[in-house]
Amino acid sequence: MSEQLTTVDGRPLKAALASAERSKRIRAVLLVMPLFIFIFFSFLYPIALMLYRSVENPLIAQHMPETVAVLEDWDGNEVPGEEAFAALAKDLVVARESREIGKVATRLNFETPGLRSVITGSARSAGKWEPPYKEKFIDRRKEWGELATWATIKRLSPTITSVNYLAAVDRQYSVDGEIQMIGEDYQIYVDLFLRTLWMSVVVTVSCLILGFPIAYMLASLPLRHSNLLMILVLLPFWTSLLVRTTSWIVLLQTQGVLNDIMVWTGIIDDAQRIQLIFNAQGTVIAMTQILLPFMVLPLYSVMKTIPPSYLRAAESLGAHRFLAFWRIYVPNTLPGVGAGCLLVFILAIGYYITPALVGGQDGQMISNMIAFHMQKSLNWGLAAALGGILLVGVIILYWLYNKLVGIDRLKLG
Amino acid sequence: MINKLKLTTFAAAGVIAFGAMAAAPANADSLTVVSWGGAYTKSQVEAYHKPFTKKTGTEILSENYSGGLAEIKAQVEAGSVKWDVVDVELSDAVRGCDEGLLEPIDASILPPAPDGTPASKDFIDGAITDCAVASIVWSTIYSYDKSKFSGDKPSTIADFFDLKKFPGKRGMRKTPKANLEMALAADGVPTSEIYDVLATDAGVDRAFKKLDSIKDSVVWWEAGAQPPQLLADGEVAMTTAYNGRIFNAIATENKPFDIVWDAQVFDTDLFVVVKGAPNKKAAMDFIAFATDTQRLADQAAWISYGPARKSSAPLIGKHAEAGIEMGPHMPTAPENFKTAIQNDFEFWADRQDELNNRFNSWLAN
Amino acid sequence: MIARIRAAHRVTGMAQGGMTENNDPLVRFESVQKSYDGETLVVKDLNLDVARGEFLTMLGPSGSGKTTCLMMLAGFEPATHGEIYLDNAPINNVPPHKRGIGMVFQNYALFPHMTVAENLAFPLEVRKAPKSEIEARVKKALDMVQLGTFGNRRPAQLSGGQQQRVAVARALVFDPVLVLMDEPLGALDKQLREQMQYEIKHIHENLGVTVVYVTHDQSEALTMSNRVAVFNDGVIQQLAPPDVLYERPDNAFVAQFIGENNTLVGDIKEVNGDNVTVDVNGSIITALNVNTEGVGSKTTLSIRPERVAVNPSNEGDYQNVFKAKVEELIYLGDHIRTRASVCGDDEFVVKIANASALAAINEGTEVTFGWKAEDCRALDA
Repeated sequence: MSEQLTTVDGRPLKAALASAERSKRIRAVLLVMPLFIFIFFSFLYPIALMLYRSVENPLIAQHMPETVAVLEDWDGNEVPGEEAFAALAKDLVVARESREIGKVATRLNFETPGLRSVITGSARSAGKWEPPYKEKFIDRRKEWGELATWATIKRLSPTITSVNYLAAVDRQYSVDGEIQMIGEDYQIYVDLFLRTLWMSVVVTVSCLILGFPIAYMLASLPLRHSNLLMILVLLPFWTSLLVRTTSWIVLLQTQGVLNDIMVWTGIIDDAQRIQLIFNAQGTVIAMTQILLPFMVLPLYSVMKTIPPSYLRAAESLGAHRFLAFWRIYVPNTLPGVGAGCLLVFILAIGYYITPALVGGQDGQMISNMIAFHMQKSLNWGLAAALGGILLVGVIILYWLYNKLVGIDRLKLG
Repeated sequence: MINKLKLTTFAAAGVIAFGAMAAAPANADSLTVVSWGGAYTKSQVEAYHKPFTKKTGTEILSENYSGGLAEIKAQVEAGSVKWDVVDVELSDAVRGCDEGLLEPIDASILPPAPDGTPASKDFIDGAITDCAVASIVWSTIYSYDKSKFSGDKPSTIADFFDLKKFPGKRGMRKTPKANLEMALAADGVPTSEIYDVLATDAGVDRAFKKLDSIKDSVVWWEAGAQPPQLLADGEVAMTTAYNGRIFNAIATENKPFDIVWDAQVFDTDLFVVVKGAPNKKAAMDFIAFATDTQRLADQAAWISYGPARKSSAPLIGKHAEAGIEMGPHMPTAPENFKTAIQNDFEFWADRQDELNNRFNSWLAN
Repeated sequence: MIARIRAAHRVTGMAQGGMTENNDPLVRFESVQKSYDGETLVVKDLNLDVARGEFLTMLGPSGSGKTTCLMMLAGFEPATHGEIYLDNAPINNVPPHKRGIGMVFQNYALFPHMTVAENLAFPLEVRKAPKSEIEARVKKALDMVQLGTFGNRRPAQLSGGQQQRVAVARALVFDPVLVLMDEPLGALDKQLREQMQYEIKHIHENLGVTVVYVTHDQSEALTMSNRVAVFNDGVIQQLAPPDVLYERPDNAFVAQFIGENNTLVGDIKEVNGDNVTVDVNGSIITALNVNTEGVGSKTTLSIRPERVAVNPSNEGDYQNVFKAKVEELIYLGDHIRTRASVCGDDEFVVKIANASALAAINEGTEVTFGWKAEDCRALDA
């Protein structure tokens, strides 16, 4: 039984097969290679880089080496002694000369607001000071006499850090190293994540409710009519996102078309114009319209494959039209529903331009915060951590989908 | 070893010489200047770029961006710098300098005023920093639609926060900057003490409490083009805005808007040179040229932003197209400047992350 | 063969009033017309009775209106005009789910998200049958189609033939009086199709249920039915038991559509009692007058290939004897298909039983064909 099969001339069969298939395999690899390289450099590598950026923290270790070395043995119970201040003075002077002091100050300021001016200010003076330093430092900025300042420096000494992820969930280290919530007035990200999830769910459900009948109609109409309707569904794809979003503003603002019509027809009084945009519902309305095709297309492609005879069969078996639709048709659209919802939801949680334009005060999403930290505050580490959490969320979603529906049943069109 | 070194040096010298000849049009004779686009860039092209090219023969490529340091940071980190001169906000100039993204500028290259006052005395306070030289003063003011108020017109910052006396929606920029200052001013804090109060937790609480009083009536804007539009559409009765934008709407579109200068928060826009800029020398020359007394006064003929030099003020004439006398519309005009608040970049550089979080958290709840 | 014909006669006899207790037809189409576009009629004035317990097949080429009739009966298409009765009650306004008609679809239409047992339980569930009853009846139905152990499988895990059986069982599990089958065997290969024909036939006989069956396959129609309605162009061309249809077609279409057939077109010269004399390309043929318009009109003669004698020893028995030239021989095992040219028609086909005596026939040789007048039907042109 265990004897190897061989070809006629005595070569092991497996080897013969492998060499016969080799050129085929090489060709397959060559065909896939360009895309793989492209995806690697345009997708996988940047994502890996982003994840690395969310934990890397080289600045303090690199530009304050003496201070970091001294603080290694610091117990954190009281303000360190002269030795640490001397090291600090040395580091600050060097860092100022190499023009790196700003980076260090900015990094520390992300962690403890106000430290930026403490560092840059002290660095300017430190060059002129003679030892002993401790009193001079504390004299210059009282923060040097506080445990929190030193705790921050020590906490940021390692080159790999979790502070970005903590900050991304509204948490920080306390002076004694415990993880704690930040002040209530400053908490933003957890709420924003939850709101992003909630708004994405609302957008997804709205898309499903609006898209399902459209897809059903498209799938059951003769091709001639359904093509025209399909163009109407796809029209948003061919219009610039910005134009569409601005159109919504024109339509929905309090002096906009919709409110005008309602005032004109007497549904509402001129004084009671409804705020439809620059808030969460404006964002939901605009995003639903923009993402609708991503729901309709997978639904349509699945519905197109459901033979009309299923419904007829169910009716002939005694089920009322609605019951037949619910028990027979709807379950068969589930792969499309799943794909559409997954697609819309994932696009929605990463949406950026629309909430930025029509979000107003409570229609912002986490991606707007990521953009803020990328472009304005330049806190790329925090932006990467927020993005990393979003990425993990999406992966969990895929995993759930795979568990519940099966990724192989995903149909995108 | 020595031979090799010589050879390399020789080759390098050759390349440089050749490069200087061959690449001359692309290098020495051109300069990339990046600014904010629209009427603002136009004013710079008219007042700075054209005369500079005429004088030196250096072509200026004008590019637009939407502010922030992200692109500069990306270029510097990637080691392929394409921009030479960039027009930035003060907070970005300071932060960019701190982070080593900008070239230091030697203030001694700046020409003195016509009467001989040295540049360091002629520029307004804070207009010259390690890496940046200011060209204009712009201001966040609030503006209202005159047709919306038949009786009393709003005239103080307190009126902006007074929904009873002046009902209607308010437009505000979606950022704590300027809003907190105005809120404190409206709450009775003298404009000279704003940042002292804001530096305390109680002061921040006080500012947010004042904002709370109008929060439900606020429409938040982000881009500078939005507030005149919001006013024109009747979406808001009054809105904070950049003074230049409102002036344009009044002067060129004949909108019935009026500007309230009380507690204006003024800031500077500055020229910086990107670290490792390909035409660093020309960039420095450009900045020195563009920020001289006459040039700054010329720009004011195109847009209602005040020149950063005191000596430019008397030279300001009429609007180049609308023919309006520009002097009274400058943030720096004495009548407008009485209660002006100068944006404290040190304060914001230290506290903006924290206050942004607090502001966003406040907005969402 | 004989048994089948007898059975067919028994049922038609029933339909014609042989039974005493309930001789009303189960289904009646009364002047039914159907148009989809308001311009052309797909079904033109259809009148048809289906007897209780009958296996009636609607046979015809695609577009002949047979499926439309079935859909109107099932309730999926409204009749444009006329009335359909089920059990003497008009059903035009009864929705499909209240008609209580079982239906087997072309591609089975098994619900892919349900197991076989759940598929079968569906019609019982919607009728709110008690759970124990559902289980019992599902099991019985599965046993009936010999799929007792397949209840927990999904339709996709079954072979075509098995899916077909499930579809039949599902259409029958709620004891409908009438079952409609729309080309149910179209997707099966030949061997399986024949096997399934017998199985369906047996189920019909055992349950006594009335079946209306739609197919375009004439051999299937002949094998299974009590009566066959041949559709063409929206009209029933002939409604008759299979043997009658084959032996005595009423018109050229039926003759051509059912079984293999030789057609010769000619002019009627003379009407002579039951017979006519026809001039076909100069040859004079005597034929049975079935459906002609008298002397001088055109007619199509229909002769079944197996009714032609080759080189008959007793030429006197045949009214028609002609010389023929063999054009082509096709060996088919049990018989040899011979294409010859006779009376100016070179598409004339004769089936020669594979017996040694005829081995001498070769392509290109000349032979004699003879057929009787009664086997040569003069039909409409």
